[in-house]
Amino acid sequence: MLLSKKFVSDYIDLDENLSITDIAESMTSVGNEYDYAGPLINATKLVTGEVIECENHPDSDHLHVCKVNIGTEVLDIVCGAPNVRKGLKVIVAMDGAKLPGGEIKKGVIRGCESNGMICSIAELGLDNKFLKPEDKEGIHELPLDTEIGIDGIKALGFDDEVIDFELTSNRGDLLSVIGMAYELGAIYNKDVKDIDLSYNSNNDDINKSFKVDIQTKDCSLFLAKKAINVTIKESPEFIKNRLIASDIRPINNVVDISNYVMLETGQPLHYYDADRLGDTLIVRNASDGETLQTLDEQERVLSSDDIVISDKEKAIGLAGVMGGLSTEVEDDTKNIIIESAIFDAIKVRKTSKKILRSEASNRFEKGLDPKRTYMAMERSCALLEKYADATIVGGICEYNNIDMNDTVIDIKLDKIKSVLGIEISKEDVISIFERLGFTVKDNGDELNVTVPSRRRDIKIVEDLIEEVGRIYGMDKIEGKLPELPTIKGKYDKTKRAIKRKLCDLGLNETISYTLIPSTEVHKFTKDEFTEVMLNDPMSEDRNTLRYSLLSSLYEVYKYNKDRNIPNVSIFEIGKGFYKGENGYTEETKLAILMSGDYELDIQNTKVDFYHIKGIMEELLYFLGYDNRYSLIVDNNIPNELHPGVSASIIVNGTNVGIIGKLHPNTCKDDVYVMEINLTKLLSIRTGSMKYKDFSKFPSIYKDAAFIVDNKVTNKEVLDVIKKAGGRLLVETSLFDVYNEIEPGKKSMAYNMVFTDPTRSLQTEEVMDIFNKIIFEVETKLNAKLRG
Amino acid sequence: MKEKVGSIRESLNTDIKEVKTIQDIVELKSKYIGKTGLISELTKGMAELSIEEKKEFGMIINELKNEANSLIFGKEEEINNAILNEKLNKEAIDITLPSKKIKRGSLNPMTRITEEFEDLFVSMGYTVYDGPELETDENCFRKLNLPLGHPARDTQDTFYLKDEVDEYLLRSQTSTAQVRAMEDNTEKGPIRIVCPGKVYRRDEDATHSHQFMQIEGLVIDKNISMADLKGTLETMMKHVLGEKTEVRFRPSYFPFTEPSVEVDVTCFKCGGKGCNLCKDTGWIEVLGAGMVHPDVLTMSGYDPKVYQGFAFGTGLDRMAMFKYGIPDIRTIYGNDLRFINQFDRKDEE
Repeated sequence: MLLSKKFVSDYIDLDENLSITDIAESMTSVGNEYDYAGPLINATKLVTGEVIECENHPDSDHLHVCKVNIGTEVLDIVCGAPNVRKGLKVIVAMDGAKLPGGEIKKGVIRGCESNGMICSIAELGLDNKFLKPEDKEGIHELPLDTEIGIDGIKALGFDDEVIDFELTSNRGDLLSVIGMAYELGAIYNKDVKDIDLSYNSNNDDINKSFKVDIQTKDCSLFLAKKAINVTIKESPEFIKNRLIASDIRPINNVVDISNYVMLETGQPLHYYDADRLGDTLIVRNASDGETLQTLDEQERVLSSDDIVISDKEKAIGLAGVMGGLSTEVEDDTKNIIIESAIFDAIKVRKTSKKILRSEASNRFEKGLDPKRTYMAMERSCALLEKYADATIVGGICEYNNIDMNDTVIDIKLDKIKSVLGIEISKEDVISIFERLGFTVKDNGDELNVTVPSRRRDIKIVEDLIEEVGRIYGMDKIEGKLPELPTIKGKYDKTKRAIKRKLCDLGLNETISYTLIPSTEVHKFTKDEFTEVMLNDPMSEDRNTLRYSLLSSLYEVYKYNKDRNIPNVSIFEIGKGFYKGENGYTEETKLAILMSGDYELDIQNTKVDFYHIKGIMEELLYFLGYDNRYSLIVDNNIPNELHPGVSASIIVNGTNVGIIGKLHPNTCKDDVYVMEINLTKLLSIRTGSMKYKDFSKFPSIYKDAAFIVDNKVTNKEVLDVIKKAGGRLLVETSLFDVYNEIEPGKKSMAYNMVFTDPTRSLQTEEVMDIFNKIIFEVETKLNAKLRG
Repeated sequence: MKEKVGSIRESLNTDIKEVKTIQDIVELKSKYIGKTGLISELTKGMAELSIEEKKEFGMIINELKNEANSLIFGKEEEINNAILNEKLNKEAIDITLPSKKIKRGSLNPMTRITEEFEDLFVSMGYTVYDGPELETDENCFRKLNLPLGHPARDTQDTFYLKDEVDEYLLRSQTSTAQVRAMEDNTEKGPIRIVCPGKVYRRDEDATHSHQFMQIEGLVIDKNISMADLKGTLETMMKHVLGEKTEVRFRPSYFPFTEPSVEVDVTCFKCGGKGCNLCKDTGWIEVLGAGMVHPDVLTMSGYDPKVYQGFAFGTGLDRMAMFKYGIPDIRTIYGNDLRFINQFDRKDEE
């Protein structure tokens, strides 16, 4: 909302010492923010002058050399405008003038001195939409009776200042100059002046020849009056200039008055050409598929959600949004029907979102004051009589199904103090309400407050408390900490611990986007699920909620590799989404990706499967799942993984994730990934950390190397050793693998630790067990002890 | 006897000068102080002497023995030291060669900033609440006093799910945690929570990412006021942005709080003097807050006549951008390792 200082000054006497910035800042302090506060025209050193001589430039076919009298002196100015001529009254930008297009400096143009510039309206920075064709083609011609030597902006009537407010959506009342005047009145403790609503009516009655028929609940108030014998012409300067200052393009006096009254009162109006309208106005919901040609000459297809104004046959306007072409006020219009009405805010909002957001729809959407609906009608008649020579027909067509009452709220002083946390006296509270224009009855502990209908945002006690806070000054509230019992705060320690563990293991934490392309959502998983998609995505690249985090991590890998960062060790904890039997489901997942060098020594170690497996084991151990997990090769390995270098992660019999190398078809580089469903994993209980007795007697260590077939796995050997070793064998670990020791065979060397917690072991008894182990491995796995 | 002692001493003094290796020492020990060495031999010869002589020579021999021990063992230590020194010299390394680094991983700066907020509030007895990102329109809007068609919905262009418009969505604000926390509280008693998390809006430029992070706070009890809100936010902003930070309240409007305020902090770049970051105002708008609207309390089962409370919400990305001086929000979600790796050390206290 652009507020013109001149405009609002019609309704409130602001202190002359107040700068436009002061006003804007004080409005901000009561909750009304602004984007801009300053002059309407940002130009300096402009002065009116008269062209007293105008000769052709000796060295140009279009330039003129002029002498311009600016009162204090006569300036030589070279001018290129086609309409420059002797006797014109013009606006001169003097040496040093700052215009939106740059600074004007003295100079020599093709050998002739030029000490300024004669301006066009366009050069003053007025928005293009306000420019007439002649404003774009040549210099501005001031009326011939213009005084010379005065401020050029003032001569144009543009010596106004404006504030561009960014209002909150509850303050529909501030979308009017009068509403602004009330707000400023509350701030500066000033009264708002009355608006002139006086006009004469003829003896006729509109109801004799015209009727309105409201057929929808979406219209709660509808007024129509008739004005006849209007003269369509240009508006007076003050109307045009105030419309321009409010960012509305002047058209003709009648259209301008409708806009002017809307700006004043906040009530949008519509004027119809009465002679093209017929004798009835109907308000109804459109039928689905009904069409209407709007003012912008576009054919609109409507639905039953839209409210239309129609005559007996067809829709002629889109209520609250835009008029129709067929009944538009034109240059030859003689008689008009004035409509002032209230339509359902939500319906108007829906229609305008679909078709056009306008000054009118913006006001309907925020809710209107029914008293202003009447006021705007009266004001409209008054101005049409005064500035369009209209005769106002007596009577009014009126449909009123709206609550016109003011809101009355009882409020306790203690409640105000307790919510705001301030000490404030009853007198101060009453004074604040009165400054806001509310009426207060003092009933002792309780105040009975009547809120005028223009403040439709105030409905409950808390709204009144906010009003007190706004005018008292929210910032004057002294901060303190709440007096609450000391209790234990809680947070998710496990997630933090996992993140720290992984960082300690050299991984970096990423946060990537939840939204991915639908083409990616089933990648990096073999799970069957229904993906979750967006209704109206920003792009195809972000139309689906991810299920696995791995495609995101792979994107991060590619992004970094493209920037010559090949050593990527990253992890992310985030949500994965799907639609399952129980509806929409989100699960927390941990994904890891590793590629390139892992350690930072001179001799770098390239990441391989066993690095990422180590990370997995370290993590599962840390989370308490030691000895409870295994890797198995099953049908759950996604197609994006290398079938020979990947596995499912099983914890306590539950599949919690996958680990492996990317399939060469997915990625040519050696990239290793892992994903664990943390929601699933962490639902598996772990034991608590407890002291276990350890043996105080020495252990006996034994090594054995076996030659086995290539296909024999470490797990198979370990299983046999452990079974044969019994309870005294407390630890077994593979310490060496030698491939192709003979064709098709490899050597696997194990270290075994034998301990008894209650006594020292005898070498002989350990040898017995050791021999049994060798025997079992040899027979069960077709192995040979390596000599 | 005396001559013998004299000649042994003379020969020892000569021999000791010739000693070069540990082997020489072994030989010397055997020649002089071993069981069959020269000095032992002398002792054996004393058997024939008288008591007086035994006494006299005993002392002389002892003296010789001590002298021999000291000379030989001294020399031995000297040689051992030389050997050790030689070994130490040989083992000397180039200490300027690069270290065997433990690879360093970094937490994401968003995690750091989130935890910073969490830690403060946990220390004040708040519970960190984790709500779902995929939400219902009811929890995200309707129960926050934003019915369908409410104009304030305009500021949050929401991602609805396919075939679920006005029903299911990606949460556009963590304020939805207010509803969840109140509904979850079956006893309808006091609440003290913060909820950090991801939120989503149809918006993307240098200061907006379609995915970003917010933190929501909610305190409900019987005597909570705007003054408590202000004190809490002052504590919070000083904790995150530094002790000198000041907080300013401006009235504003949010459908789910009444009264509502926008909260500014003193510009941390210029300290409030005015600069390009704060557009010469000295203040930066950082969050929205207010007293929970009675309708919001009622909709989630709280009696607004008994309970009142405050709520606030702020953008964690913006906080990270302020704190670490990150110019473009898209950098945060770009996941360039050169970015993430900058946040790998302990913060200043």
